[in-house]
Amino acid sequence: MASQDLKELGTMIADEIGTDILSWSVDFNELMMTVERASIARVLLYLRDSETLQFSQLMDVCGVDYLGRDLRFEVVYNLLSLSHNIRLRIKVEVEEGVPVPSVTSVYSSAGWWEREVFDLYGIPFDDHPDLRRILTDYGFEGHPLRKDFPLTGYVEVRYDEDQGRVVYEPVKLPQAFRTFDFESPWEGMDFAVQTLGVNKG
Amino acid sequence: MTGEKSTQSFTMNFGPQHPAAHGVLRLILDMDGEIVERADPHIGLLHRGTEKLIEYKTYLQAIPYFDRLDYVSPMSQEHAFALAVEKLLNLEIPLRAQYIRVLFCEITRILNHIMNITTMAIDVGAMTPLLWGFEEREILMGFYERVSGARMHAAYFRPGGVQRDMPLGLAEDIAAFADRFPKVIDDIENLLTENRIFKQRTVNIGAVSPSQALDWGFSGPMLRASNIAWDLRRNQPYEVYNKMDFLIPVGKNGDCYDRYLVRMEEMRQSVRIMKQCLEQMPEGLVKVKNYKITTPPRAEMKTSMEALIHHFKLYTEGYHVPKGETYTAVEAPKGEFGVYLVSDGSNRPYRCKIRAPGFAFLQALDLMAKGHMLADVPSIIGSLDIVFGEIDR
Repeated sequence: MASQDLKELGTMIADEIGTDILSWSVDFNELMMTVERASIARVLLYLRDSETLQFSQLMDVCGVDYLGRDLRFEVVYNLLSLSHNIRLRIKVEVEEGVPVPSVTSVYSSAGWWEREVFDLYGIPFDDHPDLRRILTDYGFEGHPLRKDFPLTGYVEVRYDEDQGRVVYEPVKLPQAFRTFDFESPWEGMDFAVQTLGVNKG
Repeated sequence: MTGEKSTQSFTMNFGPQHPAAHGVLRLILDMDGEIVERADPHIGLLHRGTEKLIEYKTYLQAIPYFDRLDYVSPMSQEHAFALAVEKLLNLEIPLRAQYIRVLFCEITRILNHIMNITTMAIDVGAMTPLLWGFEEREILMGFYERVSGARMHAAYFRPGGVQRDMPLGLAEDIAAFADRFPKVIDDIENLLTENRIFKQRTVNIGAVSPSQALDWGFSGPMLRASNIAWDLRRNQPYEVYNKMDFLIPVGKNGDCYDRYLVRMEEMRQSVRIMKQCLEQMPEGLVKVKNYKITTPPRAEMKTSMEALIHHFKLYTEGYHVPKGETYTAVEAPKGEFGVYLVSDGSNRPYRCKIRAPGFAFLQALDLMAKGHMLADVPSIIGSLDIVFGEIDR
């Protein structure tokens, strides 16, 4: 779909839904909307059932951590309309510790993805039927995909011969964790991108 | 006792080390006798923190992680990431590279479907397809090795094209394979399609209606088996798929048997696409000639200082990707494999969410297994085509 058509579609949806849509844009030929947190389930229900849109599939839900912002987290919903062949990205911005309404009543597939967002980012979901951790270990503490969670984690496991079981211990690094930051501070690496437009294939 | 049968429901632990679990799946099954009342899959036993690791790597260094997600169809996943990065860079790759990518995506599809069909057959008691199928997989992995140097973890599709051109003679060998392989599909089909035991184990088992398939976020062969004609190669074509002539098989009942049939037919169509790729493939570059994104040829580095600097910068700092975000999806053998990539303008992805098709399938296992016998659970799991590398990430 051409980006002009997407803009028209965006205007149409924004008019229909009204103030629940905080902002919307078309970038890289993809339509994206930011939605009021409290009304996410209602908006998705409308998008699913609307005759002209029919976003019958929720392909993905994921979190993003923007450490330093007031509304620290984003929950991103990727919708797909098979009958009209359009994708739509819906975003909700949320502070730490504030719950987002679950959309499992609208799309069954949201169940595990919301569990994953809860597990990796610690964003709680209201009215979720089964909000447990999903990817991390039983009894894991912390939310590993947050930007302030270290890459090496806090605990490591090993099999203890004496106790005859797996034990958890604080991470011991034989060599300090190194980050290689090769970003050059002086020359404009952006230049590469600027030349790309004329230097195709 | 008054003649009424007293039954007691109990909980059963299936896996995480079970030959029919296709990896490290742990299932908690609530059973009423032999009937499954509830299936609760526990995943994450293979969680390696891929998404977190990618945030600490340059865009180029992230590529090998994609091979290790769904390790039976590596190149399709590199493809999704490469396309996402190219989208943010606003990069168009040379035509020959597009053909090579499509060719190897279809090889990957056959690799994956052989793996799935034959292991599903072994789950329901047929041994021979595995022996025949894996011989062919070996040949296909030989093609992988010749083109990229690695049998499985190829790291061959990179933003800007493919890592290097196909070696001499490979195209002829792939063509010979494409001529011969449909016979192998026939042989396997002879063993399974009308096999009474195979049909008893799969027909009407784990049926999913079209509306359920949509609701649970199905994609790929799982969606098509439920009678929904949707294929990203056709509906949202990328690379040169719009120049290819192929059919999209669709099932009727959405049960395990239909999923098997859809995958069988997809292999035949993949062979067709491979042949067309080989016929139409033009000569030319296999990656963009912009040394800020792709490496200069080795020979040039021996004489040109600038080429040497480019090579060094590319493998240390990498390239910067402009601010922006995209959700890019490809039709991987298992279904829609999507990459949600957020760039903050630096040389590393800010966030890279991997949308694995198997994650959605496994989530619906409870729906599919409910009311079936315990012995049906392995055939349902087999038909889901799940690989834990991509589900646990």
